[in-house]
Amino acid sequence: MASIKDYRPIVGRSVIEELELLAAHLKGVVVQNINSTAVGGGVAEILTRFIPLLRELGVDARWDVIKGDRRFFEVTKKFHNALHGREEEIPDGIYEFFLNEGARIIDETDIYGDIVVVHDPQPIMLVRKKRRDGKKWVWRCHVDIAHADKRVFAFLKQFIMKYDGVIFSSPLFSRRLALRQFLISPSIDPLSDKNKEIPQETIDSVLKKYGVKRDKPVITQVSRFDYLKDPVGVIDAFNLVKKYNDCQLVLAGNSAADDPESDKVLSEVREKACRDPDIHILLIPPEQNDIDINALQRASTVIIQKSIREGFGLVVSEALWKAKPVVASAVGGIPLQVEHQRGGLLCRSVEGAARAVRQLLNNPEYAGWLGRNGKEHIRQNFLLTRHLRDYMLLFIALYHGEDIIHL
Amino acid sequence: MRTRLKATEPFVFHTRFNLQELTGLKAANIDQLLRHIKKVPSSSIYHHTHRFAEKHHRLSLVSSNDFAYWVGEILGDGMLGEKLAGIDTVRFRTIHDLREAIVGTIERHLDEERGSRRMFVYHGAEFYFVKSTSVILSTRYTACTLEEFTRLLKKVSTNSIYFHVFEARLRLEKRTNDFSYWLESSLGDTELADRISRLDPYIYSLEGLRKKIIGLLEKRA
Repeated sequence: MASIKDYRPIVGRSVIEELELLAAHLKGVVVQNINSTAVGGGVAEILTRFIPLLRELGVDARWDVIKGDRRFFEVTKKFHNALHGREEEIPDGIYEFFLNEGARIIDETDIYGDIVVVHDPQPIMLVRKKRRDGKKWVWRCHVDIAHADKRVFAFLKQFIMKYDGVIFSSPLFSRRLALRQFLISPSIDPLSDKNKEIPQETIDSVLKKYGVKRDKPVITQVSRFDYLKDPVGVIDAFNLVKKYNDCQLVLAGNSAADDPESDKVLSEVREKACRDPDIHILLIPPEQNDIDINALQRASTVIIQKSIREGFGLVVSEALWKAKPVVASAVGGIPLQVEHQRGGLLCRSVEGAARAVRQLLNNPEYAGWLGRNGKEHIRQNFLLTRHLRDYMLLFIALYHGEDIIHL
Repeated sequence: MRTRLKATEPFVFHTRFNLQELTGLKAANIDQLLRHIKKVPSSSIYHHTHRFAEKHHRLSLVSSNDFAYWVGEILGDGMLGEKLAGIDTVRFRTIHDLREAIVGTIERHLDEERGSRRMFVYHGAEFYFVKSTSVILSTRYTACTLEEFTRLLKKVSTNSIYFHVFEARLRLEKRTNDFSYWLESSLGDTELADRISRLDPYIYSLEGLRKKIIGLLEKRA
C-alpha cells in the first residue's frame, strides 16, 4: 500500500505539505465512513485507498460496512439502476421492504463518528439515527443521477433532506435542494497498476501477447462492451479515418462482465469489424486487466472514448495521465476532464470523432501539445491527492456556514 | 543592503483551498444565464471568473472566464463570448462591480443582437452555477526581510501565490495584492510595491506569475 510520501515526486512537496496542514485542523475528529461492501465495486476501492492515507495524515478515519441479505441488495440494485436512469420495474411493497430492512440495519449500526459519511443509497436510511448532538452527516452519492427515475429519487429524498450535506461527482447531478451540495470529482491513483510508469519491455510484451504491431498508428478505446460505450460507433469512426490514414484500432474490454448484454454487443462489434486485420478486439482477463490496459494505453497514438453516456468516465483521466491525445464524447464528467482544444478534443458524433482523430494523426506536434496539457490538467485536478484534499476541506466546511473560512 | 532591511511587520504566507459547492441552478440559454448571474451569491461570480486563473498552475493559457467560454464555445454565440472574455477582471475592486460589468455586457449585446436570444443548448450542456468556499490557513513560512521573502516565494505553493494575489485583492476587497501592501507598509519600498501591483495577474499561469514577481524582486536587489 502506498504511503502519502510516495506521491511527493508526482505532485510536488508543497501539495503534500498542504495536506498535512489541513489534516492538523482535523485532529481529534472521528470520520466514520459507512457503505455496503468491503470488497468489490468502486466505493470499496476508493475507501481501501483513502482510509490508510487519511490515517497516515493524522485524520481518525474509520470504515464500517452494513449487513443486508440477498433480497435487500436486489432491491438496492434496482434503486441504483433506476437512479442511473435505467427503466426498472419497482413492484409494490418494495419501498416498505426497504424501510423494514432499513430499521433492522439502523438498530445494528453503531454511530460513533463526529462526521458520518454515508456512501450510496444502500445505507442511506441510517440518517434516521441523526440526533441534535452536533454530529455532521453527509451523503456521498457516487451514482450518476442526472437521469434518475423520479419515483425512486422522491422516495430517497426523504432521507437525503435529513443530511447536513450531499456530495456529487459532477455539476450535472446537482438539483435544487434545500441543503448544501458539494462537488467532489473522483480521481485516479497515479501509483496504481493501471496508471504507474511501466518499462518499455512490459509494453512490448503486452503488445506481442495481443498481436498488436507498432508498424502503424494505434487508436484505442478502453471500455466494457456496452452499447453506452458505443464500440460500433468507434469502428464507424475508424473506417472514416482509415480512408485517409493507414492505422489500426484496438478495442480493449474486460471479459469478466457479468452483464448478459455484453455478449450481444461483442458479437455486433465482431460483425462490424468484418475480420479487418487492423481492428483488434481484445478481451482482457480480469487478473491481468490493470497492467495490460496501462501498456495498451501507453502504446497508443490516439485514445478515443466515444461514450453515449458516462457516470464520470475516469478512463479518460487515465489516458490523459499517460500524456496521450484524447478524443472523447462531451457526456457525463468527460468535459470536466477534457478541456476542448486545450487538453484534448471533444466530439458529439461519429463524423466529429473521425475528424478529431485525423486532426491528431496528421498533426503530431499539436497532438503532443494536447497530451502534455491534458496530463498537467489531470495532475492538478484528478489525482488522488486532490481528492483527499477535497474530503478534508469538506469535513472542515461542515463546521462552517460562511463562504470564506479563516482557520 | 536593501534586501536585508528588517520589515516592521513580518510577512506570513497563507494558503487557500477551494471547495466547490453546487447551487442547483443551471442555464440553457442567455436569458436564463443573465437571470442567474444577477442573483447568485458573489462566491459563485468569483468562482466562475477565477477558476481559470486558479486551475492553470503551469500552463500559460490565455485567461478567460466560465461565462465567456460557455457562451462562445457551448452556446455558440462567439461574439458575446469574446465580449465577455474581454472583460478586464483586474480593473475591478469588488465582485459587485465585476458582476455589474458582466450583466451590462450581456444586456448591451442582447439589445444589439436579438438573434442571441434564440440560441439554446441541448440537455447536458447547460451552464451549471457553482460557488466557491475558501478555506484560508497560515503556513509556517514567515519573511522578515526582502531576501527571505524572495527565497520563500520560490518555495510556497501556487495556492499561496493565488491567495495573496487574486483572492486578497478582489474577494477580501483589499486595495492591492498582499505582496505590494507588505512591501510598501512594512519595508517602505513603494516603487517595488507599485511594480508588482501594476502586473495583470490574469494573463499569467500561476508559475509564470511566480517567476515574474521573483524577477522583479531580484532585479530590485
